Amino acid sequence: MPDDQPKAKLLAELEKGPWPSFVKEIKSAGQTSASARDLLGQLELSYEEKKGHWKHGGLVGVLGYGGGVIGRYSDAGDQFPDVAHFHTLRVNQPAGWFYTSDAIRTICDIWERHGSGLTNMHGATGDLILLGTHTSELEPTFQELAKAGFDLGGSGSSFRTPSCCVGMARCEWACYDAMKLCYDLTMAYQDEMHRPPFPYKFKLKCSACPNDCVASIARSDLSIIGTWKDEIEIDENAVANYASAGVDIQKDVCDLCPGKCMEWDGKTLGIENHECVRCMHCINVMPKALRPGKERGAVIMIGGKAPIMQGALLSSVLIPFVAADELLDTIKELLRRIWDFWDEYGNNRERVGETIQRVGLPAFLDGIGLDPVPEMVSAPRDNPYIFYQARKDGEK
Amino acid sequence: MSATSEPRLTDIGPPHYEKYLHPLIKKNYGQWKYHENLAPGVYCHVAESGDRIYTVRAGTPRLLSIQTLRIFADLADKYSGGYLRFTSRNNLEFLLDDPARVEPLKQELIALGYPVGGTNNAISNIVHTQGWIHCHSSATDASGLVKCVMDAVYDRFTHEDLPAKLRIAVACCLNMCGAVHCSDIAILGVHRLPPKIQPTLAKVCEVPTLIAACPTGAIRPATVDGKNTVAVVEQQCMYCGNCYTVCSAMPMNDADNDGVSIWVGGKVSNARSTPKFSKLAIPFIPNNPPRWPEVVEAVVKIVEVYASHARKYERMGEWIERIGWPRFFKLTGFEFTRYHIDDFKHAALSYARSAHVRY
Repeated sequence: MPDDQPKAKLLAELEKGPWPSFVKEIKSAGQTSASARDLLGQLELSYEEKKGHWKHGGLVGVLGYGGGVIGRYSDAGDQFPDVAHFHTLRVNQPAGWFYTSDAIRTICDIWERHGSGLTNMHGATGDLILLGTHTSELEPTFQELAKAGFDLGGSGSSFRTPSCCVGMARCEWACYDAMKLCYDLTMAYQDEMHRPPFPYKFKLKCSACPNDCVASIARSDLSIIGTWKDEIEIDENAVANYASAGVDIQKDVCDLCPGKCMEWDGKTLGIENHECVRCMHCINVMPKALRPGKERGAVIMIGGKAPIMQGALLSSVLIPFVAADELLDTIKELLRRIWDFWDEYGNNRERVGETIQRVGLPAFLDGIGLDPVPEMVSAPRDNPYIFYQARKDGEK
Repeated sequence: MSATSEPRLTDIGPPHYEKYLHPLIKKNYGQWKYHENLAPGVYCHVAESGDRIYTVRAGTPRLLSIQTLRIFADLADKYSGGYLRFTSRNNLEFLLDDPARVEPLKQELIALGYPVGGTNNAISNIVHTQGWIHCHSSATDASGLVKCVMDAVYDRFTHEDLPAKLRIAVACCLNMCGAVHCSDIAILGVHRLPPKIQPTLAKVCEVPTLIAACPTGAIRPATVDGKNTVAVVEQQCMYCGNCYTVCSAMPMNDADNDGVSIWVGGKVSNARSTPKFSKLAIPFIPNNPPRWPEVVEAVVKIVEVYASHARKYERMGEWIERIGWPRFFKLTGFEFTRYHIDDFKHAALSYARSAHVRY
């Protein structure tokens, strides 16, 4: 039925040019889906009027879940009846976004039967997004997905779908098994993901090295960033090969080292490992010559978020190092304490990083029973307004 | 429920993380030794065992139809034993154990209109949000902006000739579902008018929730014609749209006042310098669909000035910190205005607190 496609004169301009066109994608889906055709029509209206036509909300979902579906309604539903209800399902992605062709086809077949035929691969949090369907199709879609081995992700004030980098699946820099940790934590907190229990959303992302390919420091309330404790492994012959292949070891490596811990005498590369901040630059430049050390694990950081409500935050250090084989148990215990505190003291729509800003990191540390360490700050306080605590009898 | 119905499945979680892995990846899991960048969009990862896995990366528009996904599945069957993945920046990757199939796959992807690249010192695909496709609070369209910008910097995706990697992100409002706030270049949709309170508010919205939703406390209770509604302290509104999220009777969208701001110099990687937020470069550019020529021009300007001035390995923010912001504004020709100076919480931390001035 391609003849039914709306005219969409403005959007036709976005079919031109070398980058693959999302307008062509909507038109492809429109071959078999009336809602994709109405989406094109409504989007053309937005391009004409320079404004969106969606409304948020409504209690839509699948039986027994309080999340995983985003309710969406058109404010131009009389003009575009097939997108009057256009709800989105968030499907929990496989860790590292690995698929087989059969898995992709299974998803496509389910979505052809029940929805618009449009997807996002993937949403910003990491979920596989099935974009747009009617309320009545939500439960049947969910049950077919479940039979195929897929479940919904998080939405609202829940434990949001965790995501991770490829980690040990295809990266020599992985300092811990990010895909396994991400999977194990996802399985451990299905209830918190599907039945929103928190003051606001809570995100967790696993990056297996300080390059942070999933932007965990900026985008997650709890950031698990792989690192190592011992010495960078050096293959001096490989360093020499890089040098003879044109890498200026002094200028491109040593001079850019933030810890100023490297020396190059033209033959050997010396590293003062206790001065190394584990930034990854030298390893990134010479992946055949340098590798993270053998004593691997992660730094655990807390509080990252985008601006809403009280301003953007980067995560900050909570535990400077946890050994790889202790990560799962440590994080579970940590989450129990963090969520207890945040449930008790967090305001509605206050991310945990904002709760920490409001009550202060020292009070938060008291609350979760963690001792302060200097790795937590870039510098000690420079203001003298110290709120000394009441002293017990005999205490000085 | 009838006696014959199957049990309802819930809380099964995602597929196991090993379920869709290439056998060669499963075999060498955690045993990778090093990698080589063979060409833009092509990696070879070498395992301790000597096994090699080849990755071919292509750009996609993120918004994908089932028809296109089936084409990707067919390509995977033809070239990579059926194994494929997506990246955190919406790229598509095929995982091959046979290097002889790399070039034919590249050629077929390019012929189908999917550019191969996005690795190393290239501009990778743009992380973005839903925009007018699916979002209620969007001040601009995300997919359209991405398409126009990537058309303009296409050669920077297929080549690796920048000083360092360059990451662009688009978010269609301040909520930043795309977390654009730590990108080398961030394109951020902005509203510039407070919400328009509709007479239906008392009927369709819960007033206390609505008041609590405002980050700056700009929404106050009010009584109009004996009904409980709200008033907005307009000077306190920074146009985030949170009120509209919880109450559909507070619409924000306004054709003449919505548009785009541009931010630069953020990063998330710890390499060399610490992660940093993007800073304001251009406070407002009106929406000009379908091709947003002014936004595209500004982004291209930033990319080109960076490409010709930054040193090798310097990310956008590292380069600007070295040369100083006055020089950034001079080189780009962007006007520095009152909007560039922070006046929210902790604003003073961004003021120049030394006599270090470049002349």
